Amino acid sequence: MSIKKRVLFACGTGIATSTVVSHAVVEAMKERGISIDPRQCKATEVRSEASGMDLIVSTTQLPSDLPVPSIVTLAFLTGMGKAEALDKIEAALRA
Amino acid sequence: MTQALITQIDPGAIALGVEADDRETVIRLLADRLQRGGYVKSSFADAVIAREAAMPTGLPLGRAVNVAVPHTDPEHVLKPGIALATLARPVAFANMEDPDEVVEVGLVFLMALNDKDRQIEMLQQIIETIQSEAAIAGLMQAASLEDVAAILK
Repeated sequence: MSIKKRVLFACGTGIATSTVVSHAVVEAMKERGISIDPRQCKATEVRSEASGMDLIVSTTQLPSDLPVPSIVTLAFLTGMGKAEALDKIEAALRA
Repeated sequence: MTQALITQIDPGAIALGVEADDRETVIRLLADRLQRGGYVKSSFADAVIAREAAMPTGLPLGRAVNVAVPHTDPEHVLKPGIALATLARPVAFANMEDPDEVVEVGLVFLMALNDKDRQIEMLQQIIETIQSEAAIAGLMQAASLEDVAAILK
């Protein structure tokens, strides 16, 4: 049975790179048996949006003391290190 | 069906071999093209420059040419569009992931976005282009709109 997780995708404007990352991660995790309920926000809104989330994935720097695990990566934009980033995300969601 | 990326780039917003000393010059040049095409408001250029200073968009690709994808909030956008510049020599942007790190950028996609759900295909196509070493190399050598169209078809 697939597990369901809530992931917050953040970027500078909350509409551009986080959209690309969200689609890429949701599709890839589906193949790994994890169903993601994605949310998006600006990096500056992360603190107020983080509550109830299982993980935050961002393309830009985040505050260091968030109450939720977070991963900052450009892998889904540059294509470099994509598999490794997906492994990290999967591990964080299964933790 | 997916539209080719080139059909979503206004020919008037493609600038090849741009001579610029800094990122602001490049952003203003491309923003002016988008404004003339009716894509963005006059506030767009300043908004992109301000946002680039706070939340940079340089993407280090670990190759000869790095890319930047400057953009800003939807309130400055009238309709979605993309402007594209290849630079005669790289200019410094900051790394999206680490604003303290300089990324020397040779190719700039200035994006006017106002609806993330409707513009996901356009975004994904830009990202696919960025991830293709052949496409980037081809764009950097493009001398005409036809050359660009052949790569982004």
